[in-house]
This record gives sequence, structure tokens and C-alpha cells, in this order.
Amino acid sequence: MGNVWAVCKRDIRGYFASPIAYVIIGLFLMVAGIFFYLLLSSFMQYAYASMMNRQGAPLNINLMMIRPFLLNLSVIILFIIPVITMRSFAEEKKAGTMEFLLTVPLTNRQIILGKFLASYFLYVVMILATFLFMLFLFLWGDPELAPVLIGYLGLLLLGAALVAMGNFISSLTENQVVAAVGTFAATMSLWIIGAAGDLGGKVLQGILKYLSIIDHFEDFSGGVFDTNHLSFYLSMTFVLLFLTYQSVESSRWRGR
Amino acid sequence: MIEVRNLTKYFGDLKAVDDISFSVQRGEVLGFLGPNAAGKTTTMRILTGFMPASEGTASVAGYDVFENGIEVKRRVGYLPENPPLYRDMTVTEYLRFAAQVKGVAHRALAAETERVIERVSIGDVRHKFIDKLSKGYKQRVGLAQALLNNPPVLVFDEPTVGLDPKQIIEVRELIRSLGEDHTVILSTHILPEVSMTCSRVVIINAGRLVAVDTPANLTARLKGSETIVVEVAGAPEEIRGKIMKMEDVLSLSLHTDAGVMHCRIESKVNTDIRGRLAALIVNGGWELRELRREALSLEDVFLKLTTREEELD
Repeated sequence: MGNVWAVCKRDIRGYFASPIAYVIIGLFLMVAGIFFYLLLSSFMQYAYASMMNRQGAPLNINLMMIRPFLLNLSVIILFIIPVITMRSFAEEKKAGTMEFLLTVPLTNRQIILGKFLASYFLYVVMILATFLFMLFLFLWGDPELAPVLIGYLGLLLLGAALVAMGNFISSLTENQVVAAVGTFAATMSLWIIGAAGDLGGKVLQGILKYLSIIDHFEDFSGGVFDTNHLSFYLSMTFVLLFLTYQSVESSRWRGR
Repeated sequence: MIEVRNLTKYFGDLKAVDDISFSVQRGEVLGFLGPNAAGKTTTMRILTGFMPASEGTASVAGYDVFENGIEVKRRVGYLPENPPLYRDMTVTEYLRFAAQVKGVAHRALAAETERVIERVSIGDVRHKFIDKLSKGYKQRVGLAQALLNNPPVLVFDEPTVGLDPKQIIEVRELIRSLGEDHTVILSTHILPEVSMTCSRVVIINAGRLVAVDTPANLTARLKGSETIVVEVAGAPEEIRGKIMKMEDVLSLSLHTDAGVMHCRIESKVNTDIRGRLAALIVNGGWELRELRREALSLEDVFLKLTTREEELD
């Protein structure tokens, strides 16, 4: 475990020693902030109008404001995660430090887990920072807490799967740009695959919808916790970590 | 300490290492010699557990590199051809990290890091970012990394490449002193390096083992004749016949350049014709400019061995 922590700490230091972490977090918060502002102002308009008309039940901020915001976040991270994970293995291969990691008494499992946790750490920091926005809603509004927490749990699970995907693709190349673009293409396909499913028959539609990584998040964003989705994200993360293991093993055989 | 048996490694169809066997005793400095792409790095990478062999076995300190990789890695310090450095760390940070993953206890981290920093004398750059270091310092940080946790076996892949002459001498000195209490394998294509630092040499070419011996034995073994180089001014053509008639002379090649004759004379092994040759020239009334015996250098040995291999192919 100490070894996993050592590898993880090294990578986290790598993120924060360069501008990468700050640029990623800054950019993400800026885009998220813009969406938050837009959603909030349109919600305010609705609320104002409904107050003027004095009709119907009070508006639900969880459903009208927080849910769309979380759904927006889930799409933004599709663009951000490839940038977080692109260097994890590709950079080590390029710099020759992979040869170091593979010739010191570390197991592949420790290397892969340490690297995954480092990328995931950056992601978690980024996601938790948006909780600051939520704080304003709680200070001046009256949203329900439980659905918000479930929504964030969903984001953390979705992120784990995407980070594992990014790590895996980064382990296939020694070019960071290829890693980023490849991860982006993969996450995008898993996003739109659900929509593509509408064209096919019932069975195909079922399969494609199941694979669609964002579809599983929709329930979370509405504050619904379903173990189906939980197991989907966890097994996806596990499978991708396993594939990363295979990729590192095979690159040893090939000597690259 | 190190046992290599019938080691073979394929990359696709390419046979990078072809049935190599050798062993290294404790406390020996073994030179790994060969032209570029001869299979030196591949062999070292197998020994350090970076990649598995296709066939054959290798063991370090009794542990098989494939079956028991972690135990082998605990006992081997490895400096790859490009020192594996994290450019975004300072020297001390990097060495602490390396010490940690090599299993140095937490309490001993600072002391162990300090020990290797002293050993390769990089104390003056310890707080600098590795990115900012010169090539020579980077190489030494790589060496320091290999020494962490004091492994009994050290493997260095071309440790002096890209260094300036002064640094090369320092690194060779260091390797020689490390050889006193470590088993060292060192690869290079610079020949004098081998005769200076190694007690035994393995020559490989095109993946195959060509020779294993001490540098001195190799030189002696391959010596087919003694070579004498002579420069004579003002001598006529007939000198050729006179020299050829001398006892023990095997062959002679000669060219004249602005009145000065340059001769290379091959004579029988363990004979010395220099005295008789000098007398012949001086008695003939010609001017003797130079007369010396050419020692067969490791370079010649190497060329002989590796070209012979190629001719066989």
C-alpha cells in the first residue's frame, strides 16, 4: 500500500508542479460557472414570473436548477478528463521513466492503482470545487440535500470510469496528444451510443443504452440511487483497470 | 551472482538476442561489448526484469528474473541508457521517491538519499530541478538512483554516453570503485572503457555471443602476427626486397609519400625484428624516421571478432 501511495503522490506532484492542474481546474470551474450562472438566472426568471402570477405550486430548485446543472457537469467532464489522464502513462513512456517503474520492486498492480488514484484525485478536487456553487443555493435557497449528494456520488462514480478509460488509453501510446484525442473519441462514442441505439431494434437499443455512460448518470442527477448504475460504473472502472494492466504487461513483452 | 542460460529474445520475427549464456561472479565488473543494436540493451533489460525472455533463463542472486521478478529487482540497481528522471522534481525529491519505491524504510530515507548524493558528488545541485541540470549531472543523478538501497548487483547501460572527457573519467573512476563491493555489468561500445574498467568482457554481435574472456586474454588470443611500423627517408625501391628477405618477416605493405617511405611489416608472433631492421636501414645509409611495434588494441580484437561474425553470415 505504501508503494501505491508513493506512486500516487509522485503523480499528484507532477500535476501540481506544472501548470496542468491549475489550468484544468480553472478552465473547468469557469465553464461550470457559466452554466451555473445561466441556469440560475433562467430559474430566477421562472421563479419571478410564477411569483407574479401567483399560480401553481412553488418551483422545485432541485429539479429545475440542480439537476440540469449536474447533467451539464457530466458533459463538461467528457472534455476535461482526457486532458487529466493523457500524461499518466504516455509521459512516462516518452521520458523513459516507465523503464524505471518497471525495474524497481513495484508490481504492475501498484503502478496502475497509484496512477489511477492520482488522476482520480485531481478529478475529485475539481468536482468538489463545484460544491462551492451549491453552497450559494443552500445559503439563499432551500434545496433538498440528499438528491444533491446522490448527484455528486454519481459524478464521482462516472468520473472513476472515465479516468480509468483515460488511463487505459494513455497506456497504449507514448504520445500525450494521441492519448487525449483517443480518450475523447472513446468517451464521446460512449456518450452518443445511447442516441444511436434509437435507430436499431429493441435488443440492440437495450445493449447500446446500457453501454451509454451518461445514461446511467441521469437517475443520479435526479437524486435517484440505483444499485444497477452503481454496479455499472464500478464494473466499468474495474474492467478498464484490468485492461490497463494487460496493456502494461504486453508493452513489457514488446519492450516499449 | 548472475547466471544467463541460452537466453533468446524475439521482437516479432527479429531475433534480438540469440542463445546467449554467460555467468558473472560476485565482485566482478563485466563489460558488455558490441556494436549498436547488437542486443546489449535487450539482454540488460531481461536481466533487470523489465522484459521477459522468449527462451532460456536468467537468474540474479539465485532468483529467476521471470519467476521471481520482485526479488531480483530488489537486488539490482539499473541505469538505463537514458537516465529515467522525472524532470519536474528536484534531485532530492526524485531520489527520495526512488528510495521509497525501492523499499528503503521511511526513517532511513533522508540518510540513504544523502549517502548516494555524496557518492556521486551531486551535493551542489541537490535542490535544483532535474530539468535544469546539464547532461553530466543528469547522468550522475541516474547513477545515484541505481545505488539506492545498496543493491549487490549494478547494471549500467552505456553510462558514459554523451559526457565530456572529464566527466567520463569521473564516471569510470566511480564504476571502478563500485566494482570493489558490487557485481557490475556495464555495456558500452567504447572500447578503451572496457579495458579500463572491466575484469571480463562479453562481446556480442547481431544478438550472438562472440567471446567471453579477460581483455588481456582476448588480445593475446587473436594476435596472429606482430606488426612493425617503419618510416624511412631517402630509401630506394630495392629496400622492399631486402626487408622481405629478413628472417621472420611474413608480409610487407609500403607506400611512398614525398620521398618518405611508410612500411607496415608483419612478422611472426613472439619475434622482435626491430633491432635487425634498424641495423639494415642505418647500414644502408638511409634515414630512419620512425620504428615502432603496434600493439593489437581491443579495438582490433573487437573488429576482428565482429567482422568475422558478419563474414560467416
